[in-house]
Amino acid sequence: MSVHAEKALADMALALASGAVRVVDLTHRLDPDFPVIILPPEFGQCARFRMEEVSAYDHRGPAWKWHNITMNEHTGTHFDAPVHWVSGRDVPNGAVDEIAPENFVGPVVVIDCSEGAAENDDFELTPDVIDAWEAEHGPIPEGSWVLMRTDWSKREPIDYLNMEEDGPHSPGPTPEGIKALLARGIRGFGTETVGTDAGQGSHYTPPYPAHYFLHGAGKFGLQCLANLDQLPATGAILIAAPLKIKSGTGSPLRVLALVPGEAE
Amino acid sequence: MTTPLKPPKKKDPQKRSVVPTLPPLGRSRAALGLTVAAAEGRFALQHCAECGAVQYPPRDACMQCLSADLDWRDTPSGGKVIAETRIHASPDPYFRERLPWRMGTVKLDAGPVALVHLHGDVARGDRVRLSLHLDKASQGVIVALPTERTDAMEDDPLMRSLTAHPRYRRILITDARAPVTLPLIHALQKAGASHVFVGEAESWRRWPGRDSIAALENVSIMPLDVTDTDSLQDLAGEIGGKTDILINTARFVRPGGVLGNDTVFARDEMEVNVLGLMRLAQTFGPSMASRTADGTNNAAAFVNILSAHALSPSPGYGAFAASQAAARSLSQTLRAEFSHSGLRMMNVYVGPTDDEWHQPLPPPKVAPSALARSIVDGLIEGLEDVYCGDVARDLAERWRRDPGVLERELTGGGS
Repeated sequence: MSVHAEKALADMALALASGAVRVVDLTHRLDPDFPVIILPPEFGQCARFRMEEVSAYDHRGPAWKWHNITMNEHTGTHFDAPVHWVSGRDVPNGAVDEIAPENFVGPVVVIDCSEGAAENDDFELTPDVIDAWEAEHGPIPEGSWVLMRTDWSKREPIDYLNMEEDGPHSPGPTPEGIKALLARGIRGFGTETVGTDAGQGSHYTPPYPAHYFLHGAGKFGLQCLANLDQLPATGAILIAAPLKIKSGTGSPLRVLALVPGEAE
Repeated sequence: MTTPLKPPKKKDPQKRSVVPTLPPLGRSRAALGLTVAAAEGRFALQHCAECGAVQYPPRDACMQCLSADLDWRDTPSGGKVIAETRIHASPDPYFRERLPWRMGTVKLDAGPVALVHLHGDVARGDRVRLSLHLDKASQGVIVALPTERTDAMEDDPLMRSLTAHPRYRRILITDARAPVTLPLIHALQKAGASHVFVGEAESWRRWPGRDSIAALENVSIMPLDVTDTDSLQDLAGEIGGKTDILINTARFVRPGGVLGNDTVFARDEMEVNVLGLMRLAQTFGPSMASRTADGTNNAAAFVNILSAHALSPSPGYGAFAASQAAARSLSQTLRAEFSHSGLRMMNVYVGPTDDEWHQPLPPPKVAPSALARSIVDGLIEGLEDVYCGDVARDLAERWRRDPGVLERELTGGGS
């Protein structure tokens, strides 16, 4: 290890201890009542988070309490690996257990779409929105996570999924929008909504363009994120390490961001 | 004339709730035939296959020819009260709480003379209709009813103890989204239910029909998901002490056999249809069982809806049928467990229902309103086994006759 790296880590430890670098939790609580994506009922569905008590300091286990939990790989705040989508099925090292760990820690930028999403449930992240963001904040650095802030995580559950008779309505990227991000060499794309795609994403060509293009390019997805309003537009570090599930297509996870704090 | 029930007053919080007592429980094996018939609302007695004599009380050999070949058969239910008595003293705790108790001797048109319970509107000399009912000990007893309907006859204290009539009772229906739920609410309210709680899973999913339930008076939509133990514990904590009848309409069904089907769907079928029933019984059952003597609006029945293919599978719905067989088995254990309290476990068997999951099937299919009617009729009659619609009745009949033949017929062995 070089002297430089040792100093960087030591500085980081000091900054974390002093509050100069703050840890922000971008994760929702795993809750049986948290919305999951809903598909037409003839398809298999995403299992909801469920918890059954095995013992609670009682006759089933006198000194300990524990639960059996069940869920889908894509329940709650979760990570999408390339093999999640048909376009990424042949991506090398495309499952959560195969992805190299350095991918799980990296820079993050936040595109604030909260004003647009407040006015339009079907707000789209287009190349124009990305260009406007870059005009203000500079180019999106290669290897960055790009998170789309919509303040969707603050909604009531029924307005979060926002299911209508013609399907859910929530913001997301257009096919051109996601291609524009990929052209910048991003690491992955994350949203506050239940998926990386818009609620009406099945009506784009191709359907679900964020899933299709991101995973086809071997990139990652994050969804059901929270607290994006506490992140700076640039300069934060994202820590998003999925569980090491054999051939897993995704995983619930704790997503943390390191951001500049107030204290010195 | 029966005195109509009055809406129950609020309970005096300083009085201890009455602990349920049961009428005598013991029966001979032969006498259990009365219980089976009573559970289904049939009037059946033993008939001698040799000489045709109708027997009562149930026995092991014909009272005329000593043949041991006695069949339970539906029997004409007419009769005449030839004597009446009023009992003023009894060492039995159940009857002591209900004295004086009226009994009568009835000469049946079918032959035998039977000692029976008397409805308040019948007296010595009257023509009567005999009816088999389950008493609080879940045993079959004979009741003499007026031949014609009389005013408020179901409010007679005897009938109130033998049935689970919805009048003035508070009812929990577990799944608001089930097609049967809305017609069931209407039928229960028509029968006089005082309040209907309706469980809603996943309130974060909008669904058509919610507004029409939410707009009804004396109906409350409550969060309830039979797959989520926490939600059941929360709701039982809130309304478990005032749930008098629970009707489980939650059901998960997907078509398909076993080889080509998906264990993901099968798991959901087990989660909702089997473990959901178990969780409901564990969370609501104990408080209901403790309240079966709690005044006019005492806890009366736990109702489960089963496919008739719980008896024998339909290969087009293989995993679903397995879940129904498992649920039926659970319900039979629950029935045994509830029987010590007088809480009734009513199973309503139904053929293919007229819904999205049976859409390509040919008729006959059971309409949600017909299922709702069967449930409420079963409560009013105090049944424990209800067969709704021709398909369920026919399946049950063939199953009783020969389960092996029925299996082969259903699985394509018959022509």
